[in-house]
Formats: sequence, C-alpha cells, structure tokens
Amino acid sequence: MSGILLLEQSLNGLQFGLMLFLLAAGLTLVFGIMDMINLAHGSLYMIGAFLAAKFVELTGSFWLAVLLAMAGTAIVGMALEMSVLRRLYARDHLAQVLATFAIILIANELVRIVWGPQVPLGTPAALSGPVRLLPGLEYSSYRLVIIAVGLAVAVALYLAVTRTKTGMLVRAGASNREMAVAMGVDIRRLFTLVFGVGAALCAIAGAMLGPILAVQVGMGEDILILAFVVIVIGGIGSIRGALVGALLVGVVDTMGRAFLPGLLREFLSPPVASALGGALASILIYLLMAAILAWKPQGLFPARG
Amino acid sequence: MTRRSAATVAILAAAIAFPLAAQPLGWEFYIGLASRVMIYALAATSLNLVLGYGGMLSFGHAAFVGAGAYTAGILLTEGIASVWIGWPIAVAAATVAAIVIGAISLRTRGVYFIMITLAFAQMMYYVAIGMKAYGGEEGLRLASRPQAGLGLDLKDDVTFYYLVLAILAAALYGLHRLARARFGRVIAAIRENETRMEAIGFPTYRYKLVCFVIGGAVAGLAGALLAANNSYVNPNLFYWTQSGTLMIMVILGGVGRLWGGVLGAAALLLAEELFSAYTIHWQLGVGAILLAVVLFAPKGLAGLAARHG
Repeated sequence: MSGILLLEQSLNGLQFGLMLFLLAAGLTLVFGIMDMINLAHGSLYMIGAFLAAKFVELTGSFWLAVLLAMAGTAIVGMALEMSVLRRLYARDHLAQVLATFAIILIANELVRIVWGPQVPLGTPAALSGPVRLLPGLEYSSYRLVIIAVGLAVAVALYLAVTRTKTGMLVRAGASNREMAVAMGVDIRRLFTLVFGVGAALCAIAGAMLGPILAVQVGMGEDILILAFVVIVIGGIGSIRGALVGALLVGVVDTMGRAFLPGLLREFLSPPVASALGGALASILIYLLMAAILAWKPQGLFPARG
Repeated sequence: MTRRSAATVAILAAAIAFPLAAQPLGWEFYIGLASRVMIYALAATSLNLVLGYGGMLSFGHAAFVGAGAYTAGILLTEGIASVWIGWPIAVAAATVAAIVIGAISLRTRGVYFIMITLAFAQMMYYVAIGMKAYGGEEGLRLASRPQAGLGLDLKDDVTFYYLVLAILAAALYGLHRLARARFGRVIAAIRENETRMEAIGFPTYRYKLVCFVIGGAVAGLAGALLAANNSYVNPNLFYWTQSGTLMIMVILGGVGRLWGGVLGAAALLLAEELFSAYTIHWQLGVGAILLAVVLFAPKGLAGLAARHG
C-alpha cells in the first residue's frame, strides 16, 4: 500500500472518528451522570440530519441550516428529556431500554410521516471539489471541513467542560452524582442542559455526515451502536475517553475496510478475500472493544475513580 | 385444581381448538400468524430465563436465534431435509455459540455485559453478511420446509402449528419446573445477591453460564422453527434491533414471570398486525403503547394481570 493512500485513509478515519465523537460525547454524559441507557440518541442524530436538509431547502445556505438544525434538535432533545426521559432515571436499565426503543419507533414513524423516508442533502457547492494537499493527494475539501468542524467542536467542548463553572458541575455529576446533589447542584436543570447540548452535537454530526452517507429513516440505528462501542472503550462518563475511543474506532474501522480485503488477497483467492475481508473489517471494532475491556474492564478513562 | 392451573388448562385447550375453529371460519391466515407468535414466544421465553430468572441483561439474544435459523437453513439448502438431523444440529450450533459468548461475557458486569453481548451478536450479523455462498446480505431463500417423517407433513400449516405448540408447551413446562428446582432457586438467589451466594460457596459463574447456555439453546430451536416457518433466513435475524425486540417482548410481558415471554410476544406481534391493517405507520401506535406500558405498568402485562386477577 502506498503512503498516499494510507494518508488519505487516515484522514477519512479522523473525519469519521470526529463525527462519532460528537455523537458519543452527549451519550457518555447521559450514561455517566444519570446511569441511563438512551437508545433514542440515534433518533436525535436522524432528526438533526432531516432538519438540516429541510433548512437547506428553506434558506439555501448550508451553514445557516446546520445552525438552525442544531437549535431545533436541541429543543426536541430538551422537550424529550423533560417529558419522558426524566421519569426514567430512577428506573432500571430494562425500563430505559424499553422506553427509548419505543421512542425510536415513534421518531422513525413521525419523521417518515412529516418528511418521507429519505430526503436529499448535498454538499455545499463551494466545497464540492477536491483540494490538493500533497503532490498526488487530492482530497475532498468537504471532508477537510468536517475534520475542521469536528476539531473545533471538540476543543470548544473540552474548554467548556474543563474551564467553565457549568462544566465543573457536569464533571462533578459524572464522577459522583449523589455528592454533587448534596453539595447543592441542581442536577435536574443541569441535566436538561446537558441533554440539549448533546442533541445539538447530534445535529452537527447528522448534518455534516448527511451529504456523505444518506439522510434516511433508520440512519440512527447503525451509528448508535458504534457510539455505544466508543463510550464503552473510552470509559462511560468521560469526555476525554469518548474522544480517544471515537478516534480509535473511526480509524480502525476505516482502515480495516480500506486495507483488509487487499491484505487478505495476498493469501486467499480474490472472492474469498473480499467476502472475508468485508466481514472481518466490520467485526474489527467489536474485537477492539473486547480486547480493551479484557485489558481495562472500566474502559480507557474511567470517570468514576 | 387451583385457579392458576385451571387457567393454564383453559389456554392450552383454546390453543389446541384454535385451528379446528379457524378452518371452517376461513381464518387460515391466522393459523400462520399464530405459529409465528408462538415461535417468537419461545424465543422470548428463552430470553426471559436469562434476563428475568437469571438477571443477566443480555442484549445479544438474537445471536442464538440467528445461529439456529442459519444452521437449519444452510443444512436444508445442502440437502439435509430431516428435522431430526437439522434441528438438533441447529440447537447444538446455538449452544456452542452460547457457551463461547457466555464464558467471555459473564466475566464482565452491568453495562459492560450488555455491551459485550450486543457486540457478539453484531459480529455474527457481519459474518452472516459475509457468507456470500449463503446469500450474503440478501439472505437465503429455502426451497421448502424440512421433513419430520412419522406421517407429519410440515408443509401443512395446521401440522406445523401443532408442532410449534407442542414445543412451546414443553418449553414453558420445562421453565416452570426449572424455576422450582434447586437450580432455579440458586439462580434466583444469585440474581438477588451474587456476593452472598459466592460467599456461601456456590460457583456462581458456572450457574450463570449454564442458565445462559440453556437460554441460548432454546433460542436456537426457536431460530430453526423460524427458518422453517418463513422459508427464509437473512442477516437481520442477528441485528441489534432483533435482540431489542426480544427484550421488549420480555419486558412488555413481564420480566421473570413464566408467561412473560408468551404474553409479550403475543401482545407485540398482534399489535403490529392490528395497526398495520389500518395504517402503514403502525410503528407509531406500537411505540406509543410500549411507552405507555413503561410509564404506567412497570411490571409488564403479567404484572397487570396479577394485580387485577
């Protein structure tokens, strides 16, 4: 394999990993602070993508649409939290699974009714062409922008969590909720806020990935599981863990898909290699998760010490 | 006869009488539907043993249903049509899968157990997609139903119905006995307080693994039945939403209750059938009902019945 190809696939992996991070960040806080399994997180991602597509139609501007989609999805997320999810914190994981699975069904159907099963969302015209990064390496400018946006959001989130008072309260809640409540933190309000921010991050991921993947009903189900893998690898409740886990999963998954079939072709017949390579590449991240859990049962960066 | 066993006899009698009544009324369609409900009831019951009785939150039970279905389907495609060979091998395949997955997963706890079992099922989903010789992503169409011999024609929907009914009844009776046996009591005690059971000297890991494997084996049988019923298997049998659906059936019906799996499977599938007759947006209705159950009937349908009955 050539160095150029390797570099290109690394960038793809970085791009995918950063978008996974946006999904995992909200999920890990919800999970970490409230010990709540929220399967409906993928639905917020879907709603964000659909909103973005519709706002592009309405306003004609991709970036304005992303901002509006963020606001819209945050409102949906906070409304969901205040109306339904809040009642589930005290319940066991089974009740949470059942309720949030029900929300997936409801969200899928509502989106289908309002907007149909699939809507088009194109790359913004200014970013449709490739740019030359190195001699011989033409790379999609849109993917570069995704990387930039992902990095910017990651830095902003890091600063917000480590340097602001609200961030401090969030960290306190994640590491020991009872103690934070005892110290006078209004965990209910804080949590609605966290949920809104998590939803807005979902919307960014949905809107940015929309032109690359497809904006369709059910898009959240596939990526939700990846996000769960990310937060388990990183350590539940840890933002830093979510970032590391997301980048690991993004790079391993992308590299596996790109190079495993070719690598296997060295030893096996081409049809066997491509079939086996494809399956193996998809399995790779789960093996990664199993290996990391065997090594560190609490994930890489456990939030509760 | 107690009221409870009278109710059981009444349900069994109704289930036996159903095809006899359905045929003259022209309800043949509902015989197929009832078979499907009972197969899912069997799968959900097997999960209920693991989840409700054993307290292990497995989010990958579809792995065993899928393993059974695919093994049965592949054997049928390769020309082994007898259920007496095909189904035991399907159950054996699911059992092996459950031993491997259980032995590894049961070393973890809590949320990590949920995620590891989910991960294994997802791996098998991708393996099924990768099996190009057996349909890959498209799945595998089966030419016909398997053969049982003994004068039983499984292509006949009524015969198939009675076979499924007999298996489900046997499974429920087995679960009933198991829960009251020493094994069931140990499993329940481990669910309530594993540390204490360990301190008393019970090999808790081994008990949990056996419970997990029995659940997996029965799920494999349900998978083989499902393959025969649909004459079709596809990778979605392994997908996480399938595990989720089985879990939903158990929670909906009643976690750790004998009839929980049956009630949940029947309620969910019949609600789907009912809503889809009126609207293509049936998922909306099903979702709303599930949400209402979580918020207003925390113990599931079996819990509701127990409270009022």
